[in-house]
Amino acid sequence: MPGKLLWKLDPGAVDRLAARLPQGSALVSATNGKTTTSAMAARILAPSFQLAHNRSGANLVSGVASALLAAREAELGLFEVDEAALPEVARRLRPRAVCLGNLFRDQLDRYGELELLAQRWRAAVSELPEGGALVVNGDDPQVGDLASGRAGAVVFGLDDPRHASPELQHAADSKWCIRCGTPYVYAAAYIGHLGDYRCPACGHARPPLEIVARSIQLNGLESVSFELVTPEGSRQVELAVPGLYNVYNALAAAGLSQALGAGMEDIVAGLQGFSAAFGRFERIALGDRTLLMLLIKNPAGANEVVRTLVAGGPPKLLLVALNDEIADGRDVSWIWDVDFEPLLGSLDRLVATGERAAELALRFKYAGMPATAIEVLPSLEQALDRGLQLTPAGGELVALPTYTAMLALRDLVARRGFVRPYWEEAAA
Amino acid sequence: MKIVVGHLFPDYLNIYADRGNMAVLARRAAWRGHELEVRGLGADDEVRPGEHNLYYIGGGQDREQELIAPALAAHGEALRSAVEAGAALLAVCGGYQLLGRFYRDQSGDELPGVGLFPLHTVAGERRMIGDVLLECELEPGERRTLAGFENHAGRTYLDEGAQPLGRVLAGFGNDGESGYEGCRVGRAVGTYLHGPLLPRNPWLADWLLAQAIAHRTGETPDFERLEDDLEAEAHEVSAARARTRGGRF
Repeated sequence: MPGKLLWKLDPGAVDRLAARLPQGSALVSATNGKTTTSAMAARILAPSFQLAHNRSGANLVSGVASALLAAREAELGLFEVDEAALPEVARRLRPRAVCLGNLFRDQLDRYGELELLAQRWRAAVSELPEGGALVVNGDDPQVGDLASGRAGAVVFGLDDPRHASPELQHAADSKWCIRCGTPYVYAAAYIGHLGDYRCPACGHARPPLEIVARSIQLNGLESVSFELVTPEGSRQVELAVPGLYNVYNALAAAGLSQALGAGMEDIVAGLQGFSAAFGRFERIALGDRTLLMLLIKNPAGANEVVRTLVAGGPPKLLLVALNDEIADGRDVSWIWDVDFEPLLGSLDRLVATGERAAELALRFKYAGMPATAIEVLPSLEQALDRGLQLTPAGGELVALPTYTAMLALRDLVARRGFVRPYWEEAAA
Repeated sequence: MKIVVGHLFPDYLNIYADRGNMAVLARRAAWRGHELEVRGLGADDEVRPGEHNLYYIGGGQDREQELIAPALAAHGEALRSAVEAGAALLAVCGGYQLLGRFYRDQSGDELPGVGLFPLHTVAGERRMIGDVLLECELEPGERRTLAGFENHAGRTYLDEGAQPLGRVLAGFGNDGESGYEGCRVGRAVGTYLHGPLLPRNPWLADWLLAQAIAHRTGETPDFERLEDDLEAEAHEVSAARARTRGGRF
């Protein structure tokens, strides 16, 4: 990892490398969707710019340094940035555009409390260079509020109450007015606490939207289409990835790209040409079976994965892999805040794997799944083989791994010759 | 038999998967033929001693705890008399802190507490985060271990003579120094351990259910053992984590 080494030896080198980019840098951060959002933006921007992009998700300062080192001819830097690392990366890179997606509870053992993270983001935004573009998700109360008092900030959000949840999900976090503490009233809640909110006491409400998705059509596990409305015009967009959360990612990528000068044609073409980000919704052919990997890492993100699976016809067999390395979160309590229950109706068998396989098995047992339908195989390799064995020829094995389990599973299938190892892809 | 649970401020205090604890209580009660009825208790509800056999209060982020602390403290007298009259209670993390006498934050401001546990909490500089393993003896002669995860900036100091929930085998515990974790008053226990706590420590879930039934009927039931292989495995993994990496900043 040359970036890590460089970062250790000479932290200021990151600043100098970034300063050489003739078109400057753009940053993307969020609890959920930063890898996908920046991959979508890369797809939109790549025809116009030579990019330095940390596409495999190495999103600390060292990962940004690696991407800068690997792309010496780059014109524009496009970096997804860890939520906690955002202030430092922004200070060093002096970005010309920053796109902020959402804040959910995630790895409290690593990031601390949401409120604290929001305060740090607020400070980082106030220190952005004059004239730098800011693109924020207005549907998240904490994030949308970052636009207030910043001239030219671009706010995106959904406008299609047909897709609202009947009630706030358990994983909703910012449920109380950030100004006065009164519970928000939602005209529509889309994902967790993301939606069209208003405080009945003080009136704090979702800011007006500039980049909007309307007439959203969810097509199960396959795709989603919507009308993309922007100040530069409206277009129909057909995404080849599913779920409402990818509509948010697409809006974020569209807003960021527009701030960087991309036109509507490039935006639509880039979004429609996007297939999947690394491990986020990845189909890998394994001989006569396929493996569908959907990364899970926190309650809000995992809930959307579950919702998407259910909409696409929920699987009978599921492989779930729970690790507890630093990148996964040492604290595994978050699995109890995920609404796995909608999957149980059709689930005949669960293969629980990873370092905390037994804990995961308990999550499903106490949700009401018979213990006899749960197989606990902590070894990822054994679990993958078992999962494939239980999958009929021509069928698809759905796997929900946490971050390091996803890397390990990918590595396993790579060693069997089915995908390129991620370090080659990252360098490609 | 119906066991009535009063779940205090479930909308605000639920950060560390507290509903996992509730699921374990409900299932394990049901497997013994009992029904758990959970009633949410918020600011506008009245806590009537005798109505609930078991209380539960979970953890929240600082902001949520600030929002509900005064309303919770207003239930103080009723909660104290309910526990004095034999109701069982489990308090986790933030809820544990708020059932003490007060919580003093870093700027010196104090949140009022319920005064049910003889302790107070003062915010420290560094959060104590990691896996924990305790040894407890809730019933004389019955030593059991509890495995969980702690994440707290608060240092909790027990009053002289107060009874801790357990001795720290690995991890930080109440204040990182005393070697004790949690607190016990009658049938009430408070702890920093989440994880959530009960799935991998089913003996404590059974103890709480037995105490709740004892509150209702006057007699502690003898539960039949359940098939707890998965629970035992999860406990072992969690305990091993605490031994290798608990209690380190």
